[in-house]
Amino acid sequence: MRYITPLKQAENKGAAGSGTEHHWYMMVSSVGLALIMPFFLVAFGRTLGGDRAEVLAVLSNPLMAILTGLVIFFGLRHFASGAQTMIEDYAQGGTRKGLIIAVTILSYGMIAVGLFALAKIAL
Amino acid sequence: MADTKEARSAPAERPLSPHLQIYRPQLTSITSILTRITGNALIVASLLIVWWLLAAATSDAYFAVADAVLTSWFGDLVLTLSLWAVWYHYLAGLRHLVWDAGKGLDLPTAEKMGWGCIIGSVVLTVITLLLV
Repeated sequence: MRYITPLKQAENKGAAGSGTEHHWYMMVSSVGLALIMPFFLVAFGRTLGGDRAEVLAVLSNPLMAILTGLVIFFGLRHFASGAQTMIEDYAQGGTRKGLIIAVTILSYGMIAVGLFALAKIAL
Repeated sequence: MADTKEARSAPAERPLSPHLQIYRPQLTSITSILTRITGNALIVASLLIVWWLLAAATSDAYFAVADAVLTSWFGDLVLTLSLWAVWYHYLAGLRHLVWDAGKGLDLPTAEKMGWGCIIGSVVLTVITLLLV
């Protein structure tokens, strides 16, 4: 008779096979986003609707440029991690891998485009 | 030795979760799936805004095109729904942080926080719309 339980196989792995790092990242990024998102929503809402000169003037403001950059970077990384969890719940095998790769590429691509645009406007 | 290996890899008989089609919708399950739906749907608004930023950085003509899309009735609809989605996801995320701290896991508190997410997200959306 074996006294080993399935716990032995599961220990230190977690559902993702890599412990709780993924979940911890979601917690940290969610707190960070919670601190800045209300300011961004109001600032962006007020900017949208202006002509190009007004928009460029607002985004050239260092505080606004930094705020928007943080929202783009952490918002999209938080999205990619969250979307990965959803994909892992609903897709298996090659589809799962393909979708996770696609979402990761999309998020970094959008971050690159967004930060490039901000840099061009603000610097 | 072979027996041991087989015993280890044999799937254990465990209860399965209820099938989605016979699972009665509850406030807790609806508010949970809404968290996922709102979070992932925000990619649409993110794409629009990043595109709009790129257009603003590029030229007057390109900005005119992107700005026309974002400020059209369709753009207004997507961005207003996304504003609600952000606030819903925001409050639902805070609820998860409370749960992660091991608090509010009993049903009455969880349901109260669920109503808090639904009502709070609408209130915050209206307040934001009034501010902008």
